[in-house]
Amino acid sequence: MTTDISTITSVDNGVNVTALFGARESLQQVPEAAQFKWRASCEWLNGTHSRSAIGSFFGLGAEQNRSRTFTVEADHPQVFASEDNAPTPVELVLSGLASCLTAGVAAVAQRRGIQLHSVKAVLEADMDIQGILGIDDEVRNGFGAIRVHFEIRADASEDDIKAVVAQSQKRSAVFDIITNPTNVFVTVN
Amino acid sequence: MRFATTVIIGAGQSGLAMSKHLTARSIDHVLIERGEVGNSWRTERWDSLRLLTPNWQSRLPGYAYEGDDPDGYMTMPEVVSYLERYAKASGAPVQSETRVSRVHRTDTGYEVTTDRGLWRCRTLVLASGACNVATVPALAAGLPRNLANLTPMEYRNPDTLPLGGVMIVGASATGVQLAREIKASGRRVVLSVGNHVRLPRLYRGRDIKWWMDVTGIMDVRYDAVDDLDRARRLPSLQLIGTPERVTIDLNTLRRAGVEIVGRLVGLRDGKAQFSGSLANHCMLADLKMNRLLASIDDWIRVTGQDEMFTNTGRPESTEIPAETPLGLDLKDGTISSVIWATGYRPEYAWLDLPVLDRKGRIRHDGGIVDSPGMYVLGLPFMRRRKSSFIDGAGDDAADLAAHLHSFLGLQRAAA
Repeated sequence: MTTDISTITSVDNGVNVTALFGARESLQQVPEAAQFKWRASCEWLNGTHSRSAIGSFFGLGAEQNRSRTFTVEADHPQVFASEDNAPTPVELVLSGLASCLTAGVAAVAQRRGIQLHSVKAVLEADMDIQGILGIDDEVRNGFGAIRVHFEIRADASEDDIKAVVAQSQKRSAVFDIITNPTNVFVTVN
Repeated sequence: MRFATTVIIGAGQSGLAMSKHLTARSIDHVLIERGEVGNSWRTERWDSLRLLTPNWQSRLPGYAYEGDDPDGYMTMPEVVSYLERYAKASGAPVQSETRVSRVHRTDTGYEVTTDRGLWRCRTLVLASGACNVATVPALAAGLPRNLANLTPMEYRNPDTLPLGGVMIVGASATGVQLAREIKASGRRVVLSVGNHVRLPRLYRGRDIKWWMDVTGIMDVRYDAVDDLDRARRLPSLQLIGTPERVTIDLNTLRRAGVEIVGRLVGLRDGKAQFSGSLANHCMLADLKMNRLLASIDDWIRVTGQDEMFTNTGRPESTEIPAETPLGLDLKDGTISSVIWATGYRPEYAWLDLPVLDRKGRIRHDGGIVDSPGMYVLGLPFMRRRKSSFIDGAGDDAADLAAHLHSFLGLQRAAA
């Protein structure tokens, strides 16, 4: 896709594409600085209720401290005999996927000179809970499938909007985390 | 020790095109060829392969196809004899059966060590090709040992494979062609699909390569694209050259019984794991195809030729069944071989010069290598989109021969 600078500058999705491109260029010179570490800590509250704290991360060769620490709670709903104090972890996964793809849509649209008016994503995932309940070993614990539906209003053709969403998936970290295997190492004390 | 002003390594289309231009400029040179003219086409391709470009498009400087089937696609023996005739017609000074083992810099240029003696030269042209070795991903190491494990450079035809099913990794030109042929031989074929580019063989009555040529897409220069790195990494087009001019895509392969799965992302405990990103890869390919076809439609409209080229509509979208498997048991005996159609790369083990980047790619600006008087030819999108095609060798060689000529002049003036 070709876009001239004048369209790019008149479009504002609130994404600083110039800064992102600058970062991409400098990281090509110093690939070591591209090595990041993301962190979260989590504490059990009661029952299935827990609270995660998310603060500093490592990147660009240094510790990156934020001005504040975010907290995210999770619980299970009453049909699982829980208190429903917060969303379930699997719903947070859906939220993570939606937010990642939505951020990507804004960035790609900005880069392509497409003004967005509204972006809404609706997600639904299938799960056979015979897996997590240990009823049937052949049923996996996780999602059988995830469906994401975007409603996007923007100054662009239908195919150009679809291309923005497709490119967002291609460059999405959470989409990759969900669609591809990852080694997980858990230690105790 | 022998001397030539220019040594060209490789006598395929690129080396021969360069030779033609150097001869026209009276620059003495030699082509050093490890085998015979067109060696890669001769020895490193499977039996049924035909060029993906039509015969008329195998244009070389001062030479063109003159047979009676301009829209056909050459078999490998036909490509080889085409290049042989060109080498003869242009009087290219080819030293065949000569293998280069080392190239290094001297005070006045380069020294080329071969198994048939030493050459010295002032300028050097690397025309040894973009596809010397097949790229195999690191995860291939996790493959169960009882499976046959081969690259397309080793594959010849379905009969040479062990009995049983085949998993083909990669769905660009090579992967889709092998899937079609091996499925047709009556075997189970699983095709693992990542990033790919699909195009119909014919559009609005003409070969897609004709459209890409006539609309100027193939002539786009390397300094005119947004993201050159990405353009250079683009996978080869899902195309096949057949006398029937058939289109090959994931829909036709699925209908033929090929099992389409996502990108191979893991091999663990004898099981292959596939990515859940297949639907998006197919969507990206469909959108990309439609953008190209729309640009052809625009060209036809703007040039007022709508009546000449009837609009036959767009190819159907790629269909991805919801039940696409995410894993494949490689130990249950149904799959007996794996073919890595995961790309090719040049090989420069003999190049004793600091001209490679951290990924082993040669550092160059449109073929002008980061070393005085050194050039490279035939790499993907090197100077133009057509650089790695037979049809692209001529224009690139003309540009670089001109640069080389003025380099020699400057060197002489400085001496």
